Amino acid sequence: MSIHTYLKSLTAGVLGAAVAGLMATTAFAQTELTVYTAVEAEDLDKYAERFNEAHPDITINWVRDSTGIITAKLLAEKDNPQADVVWGLAATSLLLMKSEGMLEPYAPAGLDRLNDKFRDAAEPPYWTGMDAWVAAICVNTVEAENNGLPMPSSWEDLTDPVYQGHVAMPNPNSSGTGFLDVSSWLQLFGEDGGWDYMDRLHDNIAFYTHSGSKPCKDAARGEVPIGVSFAFRGAKSKADGAPLEIIIPTEGIGWDMEATAIVAGTDNLEAAQTLVDWSISEDANRMYNEGYAVIGITELAQPVEHFPEGITDAMIDNDFEWAAQNRERILAEWQSRYDEKSEPEG
Amino acid sequence: MSASGETAGAPVAAAARGATSDGITTRGLIVIIALYLVVAVAAPLLAMFEQSLRTYAFQLQDVEVQFQLPDGTWGEAHTLAHWQERLGTPLNDGLRPSERTRLQVSKLISKADRKDVELFRLRDMSEDKGMLLFDGTISTDDAWREVERSSLGKVLVRPISHVTLDNYLFYFETPSLRGSILNSLIVSLITMFIVVPLAFGFAYAITRSCMPAKGLFKTVAMVPILVPSLLPGIGLVYLFGNQGPLNTLLMGESIYGPIGIVIASVFFTFPHAFLIILVALSISDARLYEASIALRATRWRTFWTVTVPGARYGLISSAFVVFTLVITDFGVPKVIGGGYNVLALDIYKQVIGQQNFQMGAVVSMILLVPALVAFAVDRRVRRRQVALLSARAVPYAPTRNLRFDTTMLAYCALVSFFIVGILAMCQLAALFKFWPYDLSFSLKNYDFDRMDGGGWDSYGNSLRMAFYVAVIGTVIVFVGAFVVEKTRVFAGGRWLLQLLAMMPMAVPGMVLGLSYIFFFNHPENPLGFLYGTMAILVICTIAHFYTVAHLTATTSLKQMDREFESVSASLKQSVWKVFGRVTMPVCQPAILDIAIYMFVNAMTTVSAVVFLYRPQTTLAAVAVLNMDDAGDIAPAAAMGMMIFYTNVAARLLHAGAGRILGRRSQAWRQRG
Repeated sequence: MSIHTYLKSLTAGVLGAAVAGLMATTAFAQTELTVYTAVEAEDLDKYAERFNEAHPDITINWVRDSTGIITAKLLAEKDNPQADVVWGLAATSLLLMKSEGMLEPYAPAGLDRLNDKFRDAAEPPYWTGMDAWVAAICVNTVEAENNGLPMPSSWEDLTDPVYQGHVAMPNPNSSGTGFLDVSSWLQLFGEDGGWDYMDRLHDNIAFYTHSGSKPCKDAARGEVPIGVSFAFRGAKSKADGAPLEIIIPTEGIGWDMEATAIVAGTDNLEAAQTLVDWSISEDANRMYNEGYAVIGITELAQPVEHFPEGITDAMIDNDFEWAAQNRERILAEWQSRYDEKSEPEG
Repeated sequence: MSASGETAGAPVAAAARGATSDGITTRGLIVIIALYLVVAVAAPLLAMFEQSLRTYAFQLQDVEVQFQLPDGTWGEAHTLAHWQERLGTPLNDGLRPSERTRLQVSKLISKADRKDVELFRLRDMSEDKGMLLFDGTISTDDAWREVERSSLGKVLVRPISHVTLDNYLFYFETPSLRGSILNSLIVSLITMFIVVPLAFGFAYAITRSCMPAKGLFKTVAMVPILVPSLLPGIGLVYLFGNQGPLNTLLMGESIYGPIGIVIASVFFTFPHAFLIILVALSISDARLYEASIALRATRWRTFWTVTVPGARYGLISSAFVVFTLVITDFGVPKVIGGGYNVLALDIYKQVIGQQNFQMGAVVSMILLVPALVAFAVDRRVRRRQVALLSARAVPYAPTRNLRFDTTMLAYCALVSFFIVGILAMCQLAALFKFWPYDLSFSLKNYDFDRMDGGGWDSYGNSLRMAFYVAVIGTVIVFVGAFVVEKTRVFAGGRWLLQLLAMMPMAVPGMVLGLSYIFFFNHPENPLGFLYGTMAILVICTIAHFYTVAHLTATTSLKQMDREFESVSASLKQSVWKVFGRVTMPVCQPAILDIAIYMFVNAMTTVSAVVFLYRPQTTLAAVAVLNMDDAGDIAPAAAMGMMIFYTNVAARLLHAGAGRILGRRSQAWRQRG
């Protein structure tokens, strides 16, 4: 018999009263939605405010973390989901959730305006896209000059020994951007070529970070001259006054989509649908466009300040299904190769 | 003295009748507090141990597949194990399945074998079912389910859990995991060998010299207790990072790694070692020094023959405390460890990064071993230390010696400079607009609502949490200590309570926090509603810091004569009247000490609560961690300093309250 069964009988009586007391105090006129997200923290208030302008009766409680962690959290809570909606998570992660039966299919109002790439293929779709989130290299021009580093222009350039100890990149095991980088290299250079590339890149890596935005933020404050991160983050730091150059490597860039979905079994289905409707609306797309160059409703897209040219052309033909299905294997392989960087022998 | 309660047999017997309600209350309290410790410490640890034995494996022999033949009949049923064997490639790419590993059925049967088959059917023959996922729905019976060719890719197999020792085997077979044991031991031992002499020197200066500003130095030495252990790491990044003004001191070495871990650990363990050694040096007997002088021993010889032996238990004890603190801390390696893996960080990475709870539990069990050993040794040693203090000892009074006092002053100033320097750097960095490119001052880094970690709410949550922990924790701990020390009924219960009260000290915060996930988040647990609330943070934090508070309370209670209880019993007074009228006022300084100890630790704690907070209950110290994680290290420093100032304010309040209350309730001490 497990200890849980013992305790059950032991504490049931004491708890009855406590539970009743707690329940009595909660009564809300507002609908509260627990929304899991990997959207940059500084944007969350804006997203909630704009949504509340249209729907003041729904309160959003954000749970934010990096893509890998939010995904793992959602999967771990599978039997007892805490989230009502996922708003702003990588499409590859939502594909995983879909295969576990964790998403509620829903065709939001205005679905026909969305670019076909920005929706799940099923009818009704299990998720809808918001914007594309593309890899990029952030180079700190001041530190690059101090260290006599040439400006890289391709992924291959980063393996040049001149950059030894000057590059930071996110760990794909915890960061969605990291996984996007790794899976795009494997798709660009082939399985063997991709690992060979990462072997050589590994020699130049100063450290692997937990979040995808950190390499760029570290580059922005000069802690490391070069950060493998994503374009949106680079543009933001540049706008903050960091001496950054954002490079789109010539071989092409990995990308993923931020997408929205309803978690199956939510107690607030109506409010969740309202949120998803809004998440693909014109207003929402204009809001995404303030930071992201590529958005769901293609014809609304305006150029974004500090973003480099030619992002759309550089985006590789990403195979999301392949990435989702091989995720575990790729991550395990990556970990066994590179996660022991500072290990002592034995 | 312990027998005094039984001296007057008749009155006690008479009182026993009148005091039956006391007996019931006391028994009730013992049960409640013991239950609290069982629920908050013992049961979660057991649940975690259970999880560390849980492994996942595919049972392909329990799934059957049939193909529809061209004539519409069903072919021979084969198990998936059969097809997998025929395929010949390693299952799951040779990887160890985890709770969330899934295999596509279509990948187990070669395309050649299922050529031209339009319809398949599968069934789950396993004992507990649940092995097959049909487009998201889990199999619950052994009925055949038909699947068209185009949907075969959506049928997944998932692994079944077993209780084995495989997780431990896997741990020791994996160099990157196993290596952490050695790494942890190395940094803990190096830190120990640096901190103990450093703290000894400091305590020596305070107790044995006549240097000025002793009070100031004592205060500075205690400062690191008031900040989360993440903060020194952040300070070091600013001082020694690639943009740090002191970067050249490292001579090309990186601050990210063992060097950074050791320096930051020295910072945060210093006060703990200092306090223990200070006590040890303070209780030395002046008569030994007089004897030494009479024998014309040199100062150097006196030092080695009198001072050091007198403090030896304190030195050993502080060494073990420092060792335990470093090996169980994860804040420092998280911020500044770079790629250097240590045990506590592995737990965090396994659980938060990979959501591999079973492996997190295994690492936790391994981390318990050194922590338990250190705890046991420390307990033994401390008992001997106390025994050294005899009633006839004469307190030592230092004499003036200009050269010696100046040296000691310089030494203390240097150590204090190190402590204050790290904090000052954090505060400065938090105020710069964009280090190192724009050094104008700005409060932008205090705009926590724009960063990861829960914003200003998390600061408010921390304040509330620390307040609840201080109030509720002090009540529980003090009442618990009182029933253990001062009551007579229910010896077995009191013994159990005493044992349970000692347990939390040996359990690292990380381990405690993780065990809560297994215990409270278990679907069968009636206490599950606590998960994700402020209450669970309070329960966990009180439990985490229970032992030290309990020891403070019992020490204070032991100083009170048992006569109070026996006299009141013969006067047929309730035990609780004595408790309220005598015990509480007399022990009031100890009660205030427990409250401030609980408050300060609740403000700075990260390791246990990092697994338990939820969006509505984010905490300031966790926000420091998350902001640092996202690269917002200036705001992380700003939040860390907010915690520091809050704790300073709480300390001042505590000192003020002690003085005011002391005048009223402690007057009796003056007369004596």
